[in-house]
Formats: sequence, C-alpha cells, structure tokens
Amino acid sequence: MSIIKTSIGRRSFLKSSAIAGGGMMLGFSWLASCQSSKTKEEILAMPKEWFEMNSYLKIGDNGVVTMFTPNPEFGQNIRTSMPMLIAEELDIDWKKVIVEQAPYHAENYGFQLSGGSLGIKNRWEPLRMAGATARQMLCEAAAQVWEVPVEEITTNEGILHHKKSGKSAGYGEMASAAAAIPVPEEVQLKEVKDFKIIGKSHKNVDGKSIVTGKPMFGIDYHKEGMLIAMIAHPPAFGMTLKSVDAASVKSMPGIKDVVTIKCYKEGVQKPITDTNAFPEVVAIVGNSTWEVMQAKKQLKVEWKPTPAKSEKFRGFRGDIETINTPAGLESSDKHKSQMAALAAKPGKVVRKDGKPEAAFKNAAKVIERSYSAPFLAHNCMEPINTFAHVQGDKVQIATTQQAPSLIVPTLSASLGIPAENIEIEMMRMGGGFGRRAYGHYAIEAALISKEVGAPIKLIYTREDDMTNGIYRPTYQATYRAAFDEDNNLTALHIKAGGIPESPLFANRFPAGAIDNYLAEEWAIDSNITIGAFRAPRSNFIAGAEQSFLDEIAEEMGKDPIEFRLELLKRAKENPVGEENDYDAERYAGVLELVREKSGWGRNQANVHRGVSAYFCHSTYAAHVMDMTLEDDKPVVRKVTTAIDCGIVVNPDAAVNMAEGAITDGVGNAFFGELTFKDGVPTKKNFDTYRMIRMSEAPKEIDVHFVQNEIKPTGMGEPPFPPIFGAVANAMYKATGKRQYDQPFLGEKEVLG
Amino acid sequence: MATYNLKINGQKREVDVAPDTPMLWVLRDHLNMPGTKYGCGVAQCGACTIHLDGNAMRSCMLPVSAIGDKAITTIEGLSENGDHPVQKAWLEHDVAQCGYCQAGQIMSAASLLNNIPNPTDSDIEAAMHGNICRCGTYGRIKAAVKTAVKLS
Ligand code: FES
Ligand code: FES
Repeated sequence: MSIIKTSIGRRSFLKSSAIAGGGMMLGFSWLASCQSSKTKEEILAMPKEWFEMNSYLKIGDNGVVTMFTPNPEFGQNIRTSMPMLIAEELDIDWKKVIVEQAPYHAENYGFQLSGGSLGIKNRWEPLRMAGATARQMLCEAAAQVWEVPVEEITTNEGILHHKKSGKSAGYGEMASAAAAIPVPEEVQLKEVKDFKIIGKSHKNVDGKSIVTGKPMFGIDYHKEGMLIAMIAHPPAFGMTLKSVDAASVKSMPGIKDVVTIKCYKEGVQKPITDTNAFPEVVAIVGNSTWEVMQAKKQLKVEWKPTPAKSEKFRGFRGDIETINTPAGLESSDKHKSQMAALAAKPGKVVRKDGKPEAAFKNAAKVIERSYSAPFLAHNCMEPINTFAHVQGDKVQIATTQQAPSLIVPTLSASLGIPAENIEIEMMRMGGGFGRRAYGHYAIEAALISKEVGAPIKLIYTREDDMTNGIYRPTYQATYRAAFDEDNNLTALHIKAGGIPESPLFANRFPAGAIDNYLAEEWAIDSNITIGAFRAPRSNFIAGAEQSFLDEIAEEMGKDPIEFRLELLKRAKENPVGEENDYDAERYAGVLELVREKSGWGRNQANVHRGVSAYFCHSTYAAHVMDMTLEDDKPVVRKVTTAIDCGIVVNPDAAVNMAEGAITDGVGNAFFGELTFKDGVPTKKNFDTYRMIRMSEAPKEIDVHFVQNEIKPTGMGEPPFPPIFGAVANAMYKATGKRQYDQPFLGEKEVLG
Repeated sequence: MATYNLKINGQKREVDVAPDTPMLWVLRDHLNMPGTKYGCGVAQCGACTIHLDGNAMRSCMLPVSAIGDKAITTIEGLSENGDHPVQKAWLEHDVAQCGYCQAGQIMSAASLLNNIPNPTDSDIEAAMHGNICRCGTYGRIKAAVKTAVKLS
C-alpha cells in the first residue's frame, strides 16, 4: 500500500467547527435544490441523521453515504467517476452512495474546474484521500468502542469487522463516533490490484433524471418571482452600443424593463476568462421568454464602431498578457489574404534543431503543403444562461460555468459586493467544450438583476449564442520536408499561425525525431473574440501534422504506421533536443495497439483506411478510420481507437467520451465553419451552421485502452484532435485527393 | 392573451397566453415543465420534441393556438415511472453525455417506434435526423433504439 500524507488539500479534511465536538446533524441549506442522483425509492430509506466526515462526504446513521462531487458537470460524467474515487477508498457498497453536486466553495473544494481534461487527473489523489481518511476514522472509532487495536479492524463494503472478537458494525453505526475522531495525519491508499470500484463500469448516476426530463440544467433553474432577461448585443464584431430607445418596447406585453449594463469596472485586473467582445449590452426583462423574444425583435438600438484597444489580461498561468484588438469590421476573405501574406514571410522562430536551412538547401527533393481551418462556434446544445438574484450586498447565482471561481473577483468588483457574499450553485451544463470557461454572461445576469431589483434568468437565444461567441480561431500551417538522394527524410519545417493566435506546439512530435527541425509562428490581431475549444490549438495542428506525415510516408514508400513508429523509435532511443513534451514509448504504444486491433494491413475491397495519432492533455490517442464512398459521399464505416490515459476509472464512460470526441471531430472536419462578413458572423443558427447528424456519424466505433497502472489522465479532449487527420487520410485513400482546407465537405445542403 | 385548455400527459391544463406562443415556452415558462428543451427555436435541432397525438413535433415553432384538442405528451409524461422501453434502453446503453439533447432524442425515438415497430437502420437515421447531439452520442442512440425495439 502507498502511504499518503493528507496534507494535500488538507483544508478539505477539516470538519466544520459546528460539528468538531461531536456528531451533530448538518443542515446544508443548498441541499434541497441539488439533484439527487437517484429517486427516493432507489436509495432505500433516508437516514435520520447525517455525520460529516469531511467536505466530500457524510455518512447517515443507516449507512447511506452522500458524496459531494466537487467539479461542475458538462457531460464528462465526473458526477459518477469522482464519487467512485471516494467510494473506492471508503470501501462502501456503490448502491449506498448518493451523489450531490458540491456548491462553489474554494476553501472546501479547491479549484473546481472542468476544463483541460484535468478533472480526474487533479482529483485522483485528493478524492481517494477523502475516502481513505473517512475509512480510517471509522476504523479508529470502532477500535475505541470495541477496545481493540485499530490495526485489527478491517472493512468490507461499508461494514467494519474485528475478526478475533467476531464483532462487526455498519458504517452508519460508527459514523457518530467517527465524526468526532481527529482527521488522521496519514492514510494508506489501496494498490491498483485491490481496486473494486475503479476500473469497473458504473452507470451515469444522473441517467434516470436525464431520461425522465428532470430539471437539472442551468436553463431549467426556477425561482418564484423570477423574471426572464435577454440581451441585445452589437450585430458585428468591432461595434458597440451607441443608444437605445427603450420606449420602443417597454409597452409591449409582459415587458418589465429595458436596461443598459456595463460588465466591467475600470481599473480592475481581468482574467483571460473575462474575454468579451461586447462588454456593454442592452437587457430586456419581462415575464416570459416568448414575450421577451418578441420585444427583442422590435427593440430599436443604434450601434457605433469601437476604437482599437490594447488590454492586459491575467492568463491561465497567472502571467499578464496583452491583447490588442484593432478597430474595423473584419471579413473572412480579408483574413485569408492577411494569413497568406504572413505565411509567406519569416515567422518567429520557436524551436530549431540542427541545421534545417542547410538541409533544405542541399535536399534532393522538398515537399511543401499548407493547411487551414476556419473559425468554429462551440454550439453547446444548451444556450448560454445564468440565474442571478442580487439583494443588497449579497448575490445568489445559479450558473453553468466550467470554472466558477474565475468569475468571483469580477462579480465582486462589478457589483461592489464582497466575494464572500457571492453564492454560486453549479448547474449541470448542456455542453461546455471550453465556451463556458468564459463567464461574461454570469456578470451580465448579476448586473441585470441588480438594475431591475429582481431575480432574473438570463437566456441567450441560439442566435445570441452563435453570434456572441468566444470562437475557435482560424489557423494556417505550412509544412515542408526535405529528402536526400536516397529518399531519407532529412529536415522538417513548420510555419504556423492564426487569427489571433498561433496553433503551434513546437516541442511536440515529430520534434525530437528529426535532426534538422525548424518551427516558426506568427499571429494576426483581431477584434473577434476567441478562446478555448475542445483541445485548443491541438484541434487544428494535429490534423495538419498527421496529414503531412501521411504524405511524407507515401513519398518515402513507407507504411504510415511503420513510418511513425520509426520516428518514435528514434525519439525514444536518441532524441533530438531536450524539450520534447511526449513519452515516445507510450506514443508508439497506442499506434501498435490500434494497428493490432484494427487489423491494419488486412485490406477490404472498397474500404479506405486512414491512420492518425496525437498526444495532448497528458493522454495518447490513435485512430484508424475505415471509409467507404456512397454516391460519391464519404461514409465513416468504422473507427478503431487506442488510448493511453493511464488507469481507466470508469471504462464504459471513458468509451462514451471517446465516441463523442470522434463523432464531434468527424462533424467538425466535414462541416464545421464560421465565417464573417464585415464583422457579422454569417451563420446564426443550425439552419445554416452545419452540425453532424446521426446518418453522418461513424457507423461503428471500437475503443481500446492500453492497460497500465499509470496515474489517470483526461479523456475529454485527447481523442478529438487526431480524428481530423484520420478523416483527411482516409478521404485521400477514398478519393485520391488530399484534404488541406477544412471543412472538407464544404458547403452542403442543410437538412432539418 | 387567450385561454387554452390543453391535454398534457393525460391531464387537463389551462393557460392564458398570447396565441402565437410556441408550445415549448408554454411548457417551460407557464406550466413549469422544463423537461422539453430549447436548442434553436427554428425547428432544426430537435431538443424541443414533444408528441402530438403520438407523433413527434418540434414544439418551438408550434403555436399553442394550433394544438386544438390534440393530446400532448412530453418527456415528463412519456411513462409514469421512467420505464418506457425507450427510456429503459437509454439507461441500458448509458447514452447520455451532457444529456441536454436526450429528452428530444427519446421523444423522437418513441414516436418512431409508435409508427414503425421494427425500424431498419435507415428508418432510424431518417427519424432521428432532426435531432442534433453536440456531444456525439449518435452511436449509442442508434443502439438504444434497437434495444428498445426488443423491450417493446
Ligand atoms: S428548439 Fe425546437 S428544434 Fe431546436
Ligand atoms: S448528450 Fe450532450 S448534446 Fe446530446
């Protein structure tokens, strides 16, 4: 067993002072509004009394355990997998577990983030520790009551045993005594081989609530007397509010108020998650959604151009970055020519190994290919929303945020309310994908509530959601490869950029595997707001890189998997440079596994195969895609996937994540595109923004995990980026045409 | 404003709303039945799917004045205990990710099975075409529809 000091996240293990003296019932005021994972019938009987062991769990006098899952849920199913970590070490029967969403509470729960595929990775030890400390306290309580040495106490699924005396008791019976035991300084965590819950598939604890339509999402939040609010934002990036004629709608049925709000206070340091193109908006408040929607259509607002500006933001790593937003109305056509111009000039060198210039000069042959991808909208199925109720110097918020703590300083400054008076309930999100890391809408909701003096729920229409985006940037990358007379690869050159950021990761594969390597980047400022989108930057560069490697392999007459494995062998045995950010052996591992599982090399008539692999967010993923052509249209018959994310906590849920990432990736590769004309997003709803539908999704997805005992890493993002390369490479085999510019299927008919 | 007497999930409900109010908002705002979801408002995503006399309809463009005496079924009333074959199949396949689209998916699937008890793959694809899932759960949805056929 591994002994772990409980000092990591120690605060979480401090019990609230109210119960430090003994086991008394806790009143969680927010409990009533949380969704219970199971219906009352299913959880047998509710206990009469609860005993808090730490902020993550409380035990009922009948042995039922409530677990508080710390991070917000947007579909990654951490509301199941996180409690599984606690339950494993607590040693409890999963059937006796109730899952509750913890509220936002930084002191008790640390950084409550859903993003960066970090959930399970960051909570792996703290949550198991929460379970293990509680188990230890139960053992000590039993030892005291039975007057036996604690070392002689064993547990089994919620029962404490003392073999020698034959005594046993349920956790519920000892919970009161255990809650009075001091939190242990050290605990033992289980060996991987002893896991009973981790590694076995457990069904989504919210499954029943979802299929019966229980209110659980942010948009479902309801409070008596609540009004509905919608905003009117500028129609184009590069514009701001000039004036509003509130009288134009104030007398319409159901309309209560029209107010103008300014999201940010001057002079307050903004985090990057305060990215917001339209900090000043008009809000229409009324009795019902439909009435407010009607008024929104009639509202007379005038807009004016915004001047250029330069703002400093605190980045994700705490560093201060400057973001320049030029004035003017931008268009995708102009973006293309701007990008082509910069791609033709030298970029900023971010990595150089060996003598790439000389290698290209002396090459017998050079191939050069350019790749591009458009802006993308997140299009979470649940449109943006937040409930807020400001009362005096307090505010109650129920919102869909991937990182609620990041909105607190801004809320506090903009409302003039102390941070400790901000109460945030984390609602289930109907998708996040990075969009809900940007919290402007919670600030808007709170300011609207303050202005109108009532509880309000702010809802974006789909059109608002799509046209007031924090988009995936548009990118471009040019790759060059040099070969000698014997057709050996001698050098690789990448120059990549985007609007407004570069997609390049200079230290990723194939860096480290090629003697002469040059990576350059560039960026063009824009007033179109961008941000995290499922595997930021990787979601473009992986596809470009994996397509180019496919062309190099073909140029060299090599099998594409064999070629990649040769490069990885080089990177493992004799790496070039010291900054390479990947483990070549694990990278090769997923390629070998996907080769085996896909039956690579066994060709079927009319089935065209493409391979792709990538490493990001600490997880390795490889895909083999089988494609057929039907009526000249590509059909994804099957995707075989190999993933190395270390220990797989909840296998079927992890498979679901991989299937989703693959399907989402195929959809974006085929159809995903947002363009701009004079600052106006040209697509506003799903009648023109093409999303993948069932008939276009892969017909079969076969996911395999590398079996190891490495600490788990994330699943939400890593399978997504490489799918773009698999699509491109399979399409080449199917059609004979290489794919360089996304979306690969261009403008197609839109179906409803 | 006008008064409408609606038959929803076997119960009589009275609402006083503007005649052009879509059924989606009548359910969500006026009857406190938020199981039916808003996704696009233009009949393109299927999140708002309900049944009108057993047939799938997009409630976001269906004005309350057009309902007449047709019976409405929503996700809340698809079954009494959440044990409609489609709901059971959804649980068996653990279909949901974020879950937001799933009420609409389930209502479309249940209507499909009302009309075609033994659907082929292309029947399923055609019936489910109007329901978008950004999380990409289409494979599980299709498998669950097939399981629901067996459970029906
Ligand atoms: S909300 Fe009705 S189809 Fe999208
Ligand atoms: S499960 Fe998230 S949109 Fe379908």
